[in-house]
Amino acid sequence: MTDVIKLTYKVDGEDFTRAGEASSDLKGKLKKMNVPPDAIRKVAIAMYEGEINMVIHAHGGEITVEISKDCITMVLADRGPGIKNVELAMQAGYSTAPDNIRTLGFGAGMGLPNMKKYTDEMKIDTELGVGTTVTMRVNIA
Amino acid sequence: MTVKELIDSGLFGVINEGENPDCEVTKVYACDLLSFAMSKAVSGSAWFTVMGNMNTIAVAVLTECSCIILCEGAALDETGLQKAQQQGVTVLKTALPIFEAALLLHEKLK
Ligand SMILES: Nc1ncnc2c1ncn2[C@@H]1O[C@H](COP(=O)(O)OP(=O)(O)O)[C@@H](O)[C@H]1O
Ligand SMILES: [Mg+2]
Repeated sequence: MTDVIKLTYKVDGEDFTRAGEASSDLKGKLKKMNVPPDAIRKVAIAMYEGEINMVIHAHGGEITVEISKDCITMVLADRGPGIKNVELAMQAGYSTAPDNIRTLGFGAGMGLPNMKKYTDEMKIDTELGVGTTVTMRVNIA
Repeated sequence: MTVKELIDSGLFGVINEGENPDCEVTKVYACDLLSFAMSKAVSGSAWFTVMGNMNTIAVAVLTECSCIILCEGAALDETGLQKAQQQGVTVLKTALPIFEAALLLHEKLK
């Protein structure tokens, strides 16, 4: 693998039946490329949490993934409401998810903490009323 | 114990027989919140929960759980069932509470 492979996913903000599809697809592709299982697991966890956040908090968006021989970079961009207090949002257990979302098993407030924990670098750019872009990198050991 | 052996044991009812009969059931995992399951369930886990919807199926696929066991008589909703069938995920059921059901399997796996 010498080149950088680039993938894009549209995430539908209304469709819960498809939430997680981008993560599943990426996981399948990484497996075929023989990326080490440990890195795949980290990417799958981080990407799933990010994808779900786009669906439940931001009406969907777009994910770009770059796979090189050293690392996998995921950029999740949405035009949702933005995050008022990033430090607070990053705290384990903090969630603004409404009850109807919670009854589906979401809203543990562990999404952003998981994304941080399972990636080597994570950056959140957000502006109220404009949107949020989360950039995450997982190194391939 | 494989998924097929678990099904044949009759310990739990069957909602959907997946495409992984030979998959080894390696561990017992129990939680209803998806973010916890996503990070803590490992490949081969039998996942005990009361959440029977498509998101449970999606997380089971991503974490490579060997099967899902819906406890307390919880049902798998229609879209969840469709997704389980499409993705070949084994989903079982029991009227038992989560702890008792998980303990049953834990004893069997010893
Ligand atoms: N893409 C996003 N757009 C707007 N708000 C977000 C986004 N991602 C996360 N948030 C905010 O940060 C909070 C914490 O996120 P997270 O840790 O994933 O927990 P949960 O999704 O379970 O609520 C969310 O409840 C929400 O208020
Ligand atoms: Mg979240």
